[in-house]
Amino acid sequence: MISLAEIKKSFLVSLWFMFLTFPIMVIRVNTIYKRVEWRWENMLLVGIGSFFFSLIWRYLLRRKEMGRKKELAEEAGDRFTLWQRLTEDRRIFLLALAVVLAFTAAYPFVFSMYQTNIMISALIYIMLGLGINIVVGLAGLLDLGYVAFYAVGAYSYALLNYHFGLNFWLALPIGAATSAFFGILLGYPVLRLRGDYLAIVTLGFGEIIRLILENWNAFSFGPSGIANIPRPWFFGIKMSLEQSSIFIYFLLIVLVMFTIFVVNRLKDSRIGRAWIAMREDEVACQAMGIDRTKTKLTAFALGATWAGMAGVMFAAKTTFINPASFTIWESINVLCIVVLGGMGSILGVIFGALALILLPEYLRAFSEYRMLLFGFILVTMMVFRPGGIISATRRTYKFKRLDEP
Amino acid sequence: MEPIVEVNRLTMDFGGLRALDSVDLDIRKGEIVALIGPNGAGKTTFFNCITGIYPPTEGEMTVRPPGKNKIRLNGLKPNKVTEVGLARTFQNIRLFPSMTVLENVMVGRHCRLKSGIAGAILRPPSTRKEERKVVDDSYRILEKMDLENFVNEYAKNLPYGAQRRLEIARAMATDPFILLLDEPAAGLNPSETDELDALILKLRDQEEVTILLIEHDMKLVMSLSDRIFVVDYGKKIAQGTPEEIKNNPAVIKAYLGEEIDA
Repeated sequence: MISLAEIKKSFLVSLWFMFLTFPIMVIRVNTIYKRVEWRWENMLLVGIGSFFFSLIWRYLLRRKEMGRKKELAEEAGDRFTLWQRLTEDRRIFLLALAVVLAFTAAYPFVFSMYQTNIMISALIYIMLGLGINIVVGLAGLLDLGYVAFYAVGAYSYALLNYHFGLNFWLALPIGAATSAFFGILLGYPVLRLRGDYLAIVTLGFGEIIRLILENWNAFSFGPSGIANIPRPWFFGIKMSLEQSSIFIYFLLIVLVMFTIFVVNRLKDSRIGRAWIAMREDEVACQAMGIDRTKTKLTAFALGATWAGMAGVMFAAKTTFINPASFTIWESINVLCIVVLGGMGSILGVIFGALALILLPEYLRAFSEYRMLLFGFILVTMMVFRPGGIISATRRTYKFKRLDEP
Repeated sequence: MEPIVEVNRLTMDFGGLRALDSVDLDIRKGEIVALIGPNGAGKTTFFNCITGIYPPTEGEMTVRPPGKNKIRLNGLKPNKVTEVGLARTFQNIRLFPSMTVLENVMVGRHCRLKSGIAGAILRPPSTRKEERKVVDDSYRILEKMDLENFVNEYAKNLPYGAQRRLEIARAMATDPFILLLDEPAAGLNPSETDELDALILKLRDQEEVTILLIEHDMKLVMSLSDRIFVVDYGKKIAQGTPEEIKNNPAVIKAYLGEEIDA
């Protein structure tokens, strides 16, 4: 099973790793005693570790390839993954849903405020993921500047509140509408662009928004940001910090459910079909009577509204915003959620957001290696499951004849 | 009888290359017209100009849909041209591969439906009715094209002949008054070509669409067409009935070839 060629390859890999990590693992400069330590045992560890790691990695890759061939052979038959079987059976699905709902409802009362805050963060990312899902997953427009709409939403609440005293509930729809407007604004210049070029220009747009917010001090107060943004009120009841957090948590749950509802409806509609057709083949979709301009702009605008709402929630939660929270890293984070969770599938996005936010939190035990481990997990996911945790097997229209049982 | 499609002096330049040189063409209602010529003669470019993918350098393209006024096609975007009532298929099949057969045809209905974003989110009774009708109409089209057995199959999994029929079905879903078929018989064996022959006649007679087709299969062209236009190097070199074209020396020289009498 393990041939000589494999061993040779793994040996070369281990040599390469030993060379690569030499400066980090072997040499250690001790500034206190002003001397250099040579930790040769680390090199041996790296060598042996990478040798076996490479063997295992190759073995798993081979197994995946063989699994793929088997899968292609039986694709003609029933496509029943475990997931589909779970969702097809109504009773199991409803039972699972009830359990999940009960858990989410009880969460803030069972866990500490710290955990609730993490969950609030995760929920905001779920909203962002669902929004970008429309643009990237459904319409196939690679948007790397999605954080711009997030920033627009947050700043519109902060600024409207600062200048006009606008309260939270009014700011929510206004923030969403402003983001939608900015979505159309971004959409116009990029109408003719595809693929990589679209990605670069949207990335530029995201950066432009951040730079404007950072440098136009008169408008956005620059890097010092805007503070004292009020939390959402509830009939004038004075809430403590903890109660406020719980309120925001449940508000977000409602918003996320609303998002899921709307995105589902959009997917299974005339406009959803137009988006998917546009993603598959732009020329053919135009030949079938779909207005490419209108469809693209609608995708950008509708995708941006959710980012806007998430932005307003973010501002309300942290009560202080500044441009540093809206870097391109956020955009990439959101994109990772969609790619990791499964492009186009709503449940996949939810899992992806939970994984991406909760994993680094729970990996804190590994302290300095935590981001390394996180990156490693991402890479492994992409190699072995490029479709995401839950690949989007879209629920296509299953036509049922009336006379069938 | 007034032509329903009239193309005058259509010229298309790509930089220094003149792909179409002052081509005239007219089509009358209920006709089957064929556009033939060697590869590179400009036939697909002609289709692309008419359907709005390329804006022509010169020339006028007008259509008169049955029962409506004259409409000028110059400057219309491709989706508008489809809305006017010209539907086309592609030389290399351009289906939507990860959508099912039914969904492919449903996309074709897009320009004849009305629901927008509000309708999609709120799903009032009018939208629900429209969606149900879309599924029914699409299924009926599939039945007419003998594709109902593939209804829930992904388009990329279909056999080649079925994919070609699906493209035609999708084009028919847009409710056209004229169907532009770009090499519909490419890659089909003789019996499939005979089926295509019968299908095109059925479309013309039962669905009342006029047909303009580009084709290289001469047997199919001669048996189907009412009139034939021949282009070579972008210029129209002949037009007429199949009999006239068969014996036209210019056409024989440029394209058909002649038998060598021993």
